[in-house]
Amino acid sequence: MTDFAASSPISERRARSQAWWNAVNAWLLLLPAAVLLVAFTHWPILATIRHSLFITKRNGTEVFVGADSYRAMAADPIFWKALVNNFWFALGTIPTSIALALIMAVWVNRNMRGRGFLRLAYFTPTVLPMIAVANIWLFFYTPDYGALDQLRGLFGLGGRNWLGDPSTVMGCLIVMVIWKEAGFFMIFYLAALQQLSPDLDEAASIEGASRWYTFRRITFPLLMPTTLFVAINAVINSFKLVDHLVIMTKGGPNNASTLLLYYIYEVAFTFQDSSYAATLTVVLLMLLSAIALIKFGYLDRRIHYQ
Amino acid sequence: MSAITLNHVSKSWGAMRAVDDISLTADEGSLLVLLGPSGCGKSTTLRLIAGLEEADAGTIAIGGVDVTRLSPADRKISMVFQSYALFPHLSVAENIIFGLRVRRVSRAERDARLRRVADIVGLAHLLDRKPSQLSGGQRQRVALGRAIIAEARVCLMDEPLSNLDAKLRHEMRTEIRALQQRLGMTMVYVTHDQTEAMTMADRVVLMRDGRIEQNGSPEELYNRPATAFTARFIGTPPMNLVRQGNHLIGVRPEHIRIVPDGDHAARVKAVEHLGADSIVLCDIDGQPISVRLDGFSKVQPGEDVRLAWEAGHEHRFDPATECRLETSAREGRLATSAG
Repeated sequence: MTDFAASSPISERRARSQAWWNAVNAWLLLLPAAVLLVAFTHWPILATIRHSLFITKRNGTEVFVGADSYRAMAADPIFWKALVNNFWFALGTIPTSIALALIMAVWVNRNMRGRGFLRLAYFTPTVLPMIAVANIWLFFYTPDYGALDQLRGLFGLGGRNWLGDPSTVMGCLIVMVIWKEAGFFMIFYLAALQQLSPDLDEAASIEGASRWYTFRRITFPLLMPTTLFVAINAVINSFKLVDHLVIMTKGGPNNASTLLLYYIYEVAFTFQDSSYAATLTVVLLMLLSAIALIKFGYLDRRIHYQ
Repeated sequence: MSAITLNHVSKSWGAMRAVDDISLTADEGSLLVLLGPSGCGKSTTLRLIAGLEEADAGTIAIGGVDVTRLSPADRKISMVFQSYALFPHLSVAENIIFGLRVRRVSRAERDARLRRVADIVGLAHLLDRKPSQLSGGQRQRVALGRAIIAEARVCLMDEPLSNLDAKLRHEMRTEIRALQQRLGMTMVYVTHDQTEAMTMADRVVLMRDGRIEQNGSPEELYNRPATAFTARFIGTPPMNLVRQGNHLIGVRPEHIRIVPDGDHAARVKAVEHLGADSIVLCDIDGQPISVRLDGFSKVQPGEDVRLAWEAGHEHRFDPATECRLETSAREGRLATSAG
């Protein structure tokens, strides 16, 4: 094209119009995806940020209040409670479910009898509908005649209101979510493990590396991309949990199991305070974008991708 | 103290006998090539020596010690894999010293040995790179470096050159052989390429369907193939095998001449010019036969020619068993001319 441009003004114009058509074509091809992204992701984000700076009067008019909602939020003990709960919830679920997923994947990656059945069993919690899962665990935790208390009864221990006690309710939720997520994450680890060449293990074994040493220095570093992917998913999931709370605890008792998204849901649809809900949503958005930034800006550069 | 001896070793996968009652010895400091078509059991044999597979029967000894039930690490060997098996997330230096770290060799010694090995394999300027940033030949050198830094007396190689282009393969062939001789390693080298076997080996073990077809020096395999299979496998182009009556006769292409008064009428099918010589592909009573002629042959396809060869260059095989038929007088003459 450069020779064209140099040769004559006519061909230069032709080249330029062709470049223009290329650009138009490219944009047209991008359009469907762009429309969906803008309509359902970018525009709602901007609308939410704007909405958090206004309050809506009963008659429907909007009044600009600036950072008032944010000041109210900073003074809202339930918001802080939800945030702290969310932190403990994330800390309780993420490392354990990832570690369990990895152990299970390494375990079922070997050649053994009933491997397919074992893989299926680990994956089942992921396939079950969330409402069903919540109800199953509701039964486990039911005081006196729930599965857990019946088990305790065998050892002569008394009944306990697992979900009704602020000191145990978060632990109960964490156990349930680990049960649900570990199998799902295992699938990713299993896929990654099967991508690894068995030659690497054999080369390490000839060098005299123990299985643990090989895992620590070879397998685990090569699984890092998967670990990162799974960890990001786990963090997002820990901020996304709503449905189980609605069925099992409604955030109670005394907000002991309120998580951020559940609080947003409550504020928006129970208290009908949409501008405060928008304010809380902005906080959630900022948290999630911070995690995304850490992933793309820092972790991706430190991890070996094949 | 690093000779390798296999004694009636077998390995089956279900009904498939991958390695079927094999016995062989690689002398200390020698290079033994396991040669054969794919699926002949040569890689399995190597993996049995390495301890990556466990033998169903028989014993394996390295340096006089029975290692049949020992783990790969306890056999004191090094190995180069066909895929190189480099650790993709570790630098070249870390790949090479991996085994030293495992064995907790001191930092000073590690560094010294790394420098020495990096010089030997010519990687001193690439130690900080990751394997993905290297060319195929450089990766091959990393794998070699990792194998020799252990200073194991035995080095096993599983088709190490099959992922390289022809020119590099030739270079590395010479280099590996030189390295093996310089370090005095006992090497077992698996390949399906008879050129590699002929040029590198002290001893070639030709395998077929899990069994040893012939075990001998490259010269022996070339000059006295024990079976028609060996005859067909060794040489480029391989030995011609022609059925005459109830005889199976083998003649090397370079021993055939095109002469006006030859005993055998043939028709030229095609001519391949290789520069220094030409391969003339002919047809003799419906059987293909190739003739190697010096220089640029003027023979044209479709031409009728007459072929001749000396009786002393004829190899005879039993048409049923494909085994060599010994005729002592002729063999004696061949042996002296070969020596």
